[in-house]
Amino acid sequence: MKARAFSYFRAGTIDEALAAHADAGDDARFIAGGQSLVPALALRLQAPRILIDINHIDELRSVRREGEWLRLGALTRHCEMLTEPLVAEFAPLLRAAAPFVAHPAIRNRGTLGGSVALADPASEFPAMVLALDAEIEIAGPSGRRCVKASDFFIDLFETALAPGELLVAIRVPLFRSNQRIAFDELARRRGDYALVGCGMIATLDRDRIADISIALFSVGNVPTRARSVEAVLVGSSLDAGRIAAAQAALSADLAPADSDDVPAAMRVHLARVLLGRLLGRLGEVR
Amino acid sequence: MTAPLTSLDRPNSYIGRSVPRPNAKRLLAGRGRYVTDLRLPRMLHAAFLRSPHAHARIAGIDVEAARALAGVHLVATGADLARICTPWTGTLDHFKGMISEPQLPLPLDRVVWAGQAVVAVVAESRAIAEDALELIAVDYEELPAVVDLDAARAPDAPLVNPAASSNICFRAQLDSGGVDHAFAAAAHVIEEEFSFGRHTPVTLEPRAMVADYEPDSGMLTVHHATQTPYQFQDLYSRHYGIPEARVRVIAPDIGGSFGMKLHVYHEDMAVVGLSILLGRPVKYVADRIESFVSDIHARDHQVKARMAVDAQGKILAMDVHDATAIGAFSTYPRTSVVEGNQVIRLIGAPYDFKSYRATLEVVFQNKVQTSQYRAVGHPIACAVTERMVDLAAARVGVDPLAMRAGNVIPDDAYPTASPTGYRFEALSHEVCLRRLREIMSYDGLRAEQSELRQRGIYRGIGIATFVEITNPSPAFYGVGGARISSQDGATISLTPSGEVRCAISVTEQGQGTEAIVGQIVADQLGVAQEHVRVLTGDTEVTPHGGATWACRGAGIGGEAALQTARRLKANILEVAGLILQEQPGALDIVDGQVVSVANGQVRLPVAEIARIAYFRSDTLPPGTQAQLTVSHHFAPQGYPFAFTNGVQGCYLEVDIDTGFVKLLKHYVVEDCGRIINPMLVDEQLRGGVVQGLGAALFEECRYGETGQLLNGSLADYLVPMAMEMPDIIIDHVETPTADTILGAKGCGEAGTAAASACVLNAVNDALTPFGASVNAIPITPARVLKSLDRY
Repeated sequence: MKARAFSYFRAGTIDEALAAHADAGDDARFIAGGQSLVPALALRLQAPRILIDINHIDELRSVRREGEWLRLGALTRHCEMLTEPLVAEFAPLLRAAAPFVAHPAIRNRGTLGGSVALADPASEFPAMVLALDAEIEIAGPSGRRCVKASDFFIDLFETALAPGELLVAIRVPLFRSNQRIAFDELARRRGDYALVGCGMIATLDRDRIADISIALFSVGNVPTRARSVEAVLVGSSLDAGRIAAAQAALSADLAPADSDDVPAAMRVHLARVLLGRLLGRLGEVR
Repeated sequence: MTAPLTSLDRPNSYIGRSVPRPNAKRLLAGRGRYVTDLRLPRMLHAAFLRSPHAHARIAGIDVEAARALAGVHLVATGADLARICTPWTGTLDHFKGMISEPQLPLPLDRVVWAGQAVVAVVAESRAIAEDALELIAVDYEELPAVVDLDAARAPDAPLVNPAASSNICFRAQLDSGGVDHAFAAAAHVIEEEFSFGRHTPVTLEPRAMVADYEPDSGMLTVHHATQTPYQFQDLYSRHYGIPEARVRVIAPDIGGSFGMKLHVYHEDMAVVGLSILLGRPVKYVADRIESFVSDIHARDHQVKARMAVDAQGKILAMDVHDATAIGAFSTYPRTSVVEGNQVIRLIGAPYDFKSYRATLEVVFQNKVQTSQYRAVGHPIACAVTERMVDLAAARVGVDPLAMRAGNVIPDDAYPTASPTGYRFEALSHEVCLRRLREIMSYDGLRAEQSELRQRGIYRGIGIATFVEITNPSPAFYGVGGARISSQDGATISLTPSGEVRCAISVTEQGQGTEAIVGQIVADQLGVAQEHVRVLTGDTEVTPHGGATWACRGAGIGGEAALQTARRLKANILEVAGLILQEQPGALDIVDGQVVSVANGQVRLPVAEIARIAYFRSDTLPPGTQAQLTVSHHFAPQGYPFAFTNGVQGCYLEVDIDTGFVKLLKHYVVEDCGRIINPMLVDEQLRGGVVQGLGAALFEECRYGETGQLLNGSLADYLVPMAMEMPDIIIDHVETPTADTILGAKGCGEAGTAAASACVLNAVNDALTPFGASVNAIPITPARVLKSLDRY
């Protein structure tokens, strides 16, 4: 299939991009890596009047430390998550998730900002942004604002981004030496969207879990925090009994729908298996 | 020390040698010329509006807005094309009693599957054509859709074809006699039911064509991504009333076909008509989304099987019932019943037992048509047979490999026939089983499996013997009235500079047909292969033939090349004898030189013979007419099919908590007779195995209750990919057929035939400690977990 005809504008600055969007009466789409948008155009699922190319806006590019935060520009490519030393040091959970994101060709182009803005509930990065209690910097016609990840993902492909707003950067708290991470997913083929995936970051106090944040993906309409599981784990050590209790608590956090090939009960089962394995790994690295 | 010399060390000894494909470099460099790359002057582009309903009456079509769009040249409905194209019916005479509705390029008043093309638009570009599709309004009145197999067979089922009395397309029965008696006397009776999902070939290159009708000369040229140009030349000629000599079908580089590119597709037939209506070239390339709802699907069988064995584990009898659903029509011109027909005829084929009974029921439903796809019927027959053998082995308490060794037709029993009447010239099951045991280190794997089980790691070993149908004679299609040739022809010329040009009717889709034909011609003529140019795939250039399907390229096309080359060689030596004043029998050709047979002395370059014959015939004796172009055809005679055989093994691990299956290693021992190019044979086997593994674990066209394909994209329809594929270890046994000089049989479908059966057996082997079993393909995590009662 071929996309419907559209205009193209290459923005040099955030303000130019925002102005172009407003000029088009919001019948516009920002394009960065295009890994989801271009297929949607080709399938005519989307047919905006204009594409606003944000790939050349320098302000969206950098990865840098800002105080207690690591700030990742929206244009940070998935492949940079694998190669950027600051990510490995200060956001290892993103580093751990990156190899599971699609395939090398897609990782070369796809961007962190694009993935989070699209908010595909089966994608790795939106869920990890949620697990990390990240903050999302947004620029819009009425200025800049910052939204917590927990307030950002609203429903299926629906986020706190208003029409005409641009995701500028993601800020994640710096990884600390008493923290541990674990990530894995169950996908039938390497690079596919997972049947279920999970990432977690725990803060340890000697052998006890002082704090833990667990997010799952491919389990519903939005990336999902496993808050009941977290509550079971905080303050305890990761013995087999506690892991089993955590697995049992998971069903309170998830309510996936049946899909044509994966019944809801199977998805919950798989999530439980994956959670158990990751908690087991978290226990081992201590 | 050097290795001893073999026949391969003679100059120009190419048969049996791993010669690289001459076209591989060009294709790898991106210099392939596929239909999609073609841009003809004044060429237009077609797109199709497709039915959103599985079954509906077309109450009206409004195309006015689409016609008015700038850049649109034609909007055509079923009625427009029905005026110039005669209908076709996908039945063959030798399938007694089969029925199917007549078909037209586009429907007149009723759509019968979701995705069926309804209206065609031809425009300056594909994008404009798609813009116009959005402006077409079709008024549908929905009709009840027949979606699954059981629903189609229900007594009160809605009818796919309202003019028929039921949804039955075809029924067949086989009975060797003695079945009930054998079951009554058996020590053990094993019963199982199987289901095999639908899948679809997914060629890298989708269907593509440029039809170019030139009204002044009345000449139709179709550039067509097909494996069978002659068949389409005949069909376009007959259905559009154009004399055959004025229809030219050119198959350029093809990106895979697997049987998918030899059926008549409604869009393809329509595109020819669109070009005729416009008098301009029209291009149509199916995109991936269209491919999923219009390329043929395959399989979709439900099989009930029973096997009788004696107390020692000897198979006594089998009794099977196969039901298969084929879509709304039987495919033209090869029908959609061949797969079921081969299922019931191939079940049990490797084994030595006499009593066999089978019934086949082929039904219509409102889905995409199914038809022949790589290894037609074989994977179903093999999976049913081999799973039953494993179940029987377990019941009797015999090791699965020993069970097979004790039941296969012995290697010294040939010629013989299967209980279904297939005649076997010479197969090698016993030696293949012995080789498999060695290359698998079978006993070592069993020991490892048992040790790992103690640690909660569940591995499985699966074995599957198989028989493959290759080199089909006219018994396959010709006797049923199809104008599909079982012979092939070659025209080989010595060029004036002493090189060789071979135009042959077998075709190339990426498997290396041109490579092996070049090897055979060079070998037989005694010239270097780089001096042989092979041309395929153009009805105006190459002789008429069956082309490439059913593993016939090497066995039939190769033999045609061999016999033609021998005739040309005799002609060359005749001229050489005149020039050298020698008896032709005293001369031979080695490495492009005429030599004396007696002492190998070089006498004259072949190029010099060509020069004299073409430019200085005045120097030859009066009356000499050198014949340096030879055409010759070969049709298989003797056995109706050249059966091949082999055995595959699979080693895998089942994650019992997730239901995921990890393939660890796959093994193949295969006997395709004379091997022309070992590297290409191994490629065919590996590629075939991978398609079989895809069927086993991943591929399935899933439909919703209303007959919508739910996973019609490559994001949702899972094809096997490199990361999930195991190493595939291959070994060969060579039992050449005596029906030809070359002795080659086919090998292209052997991998697919048994790979899924192997995986089915291996998964069930891994699940043995849990008393769980899986009987449905593909073997998904959901099915494995369900069998283990994990959710």
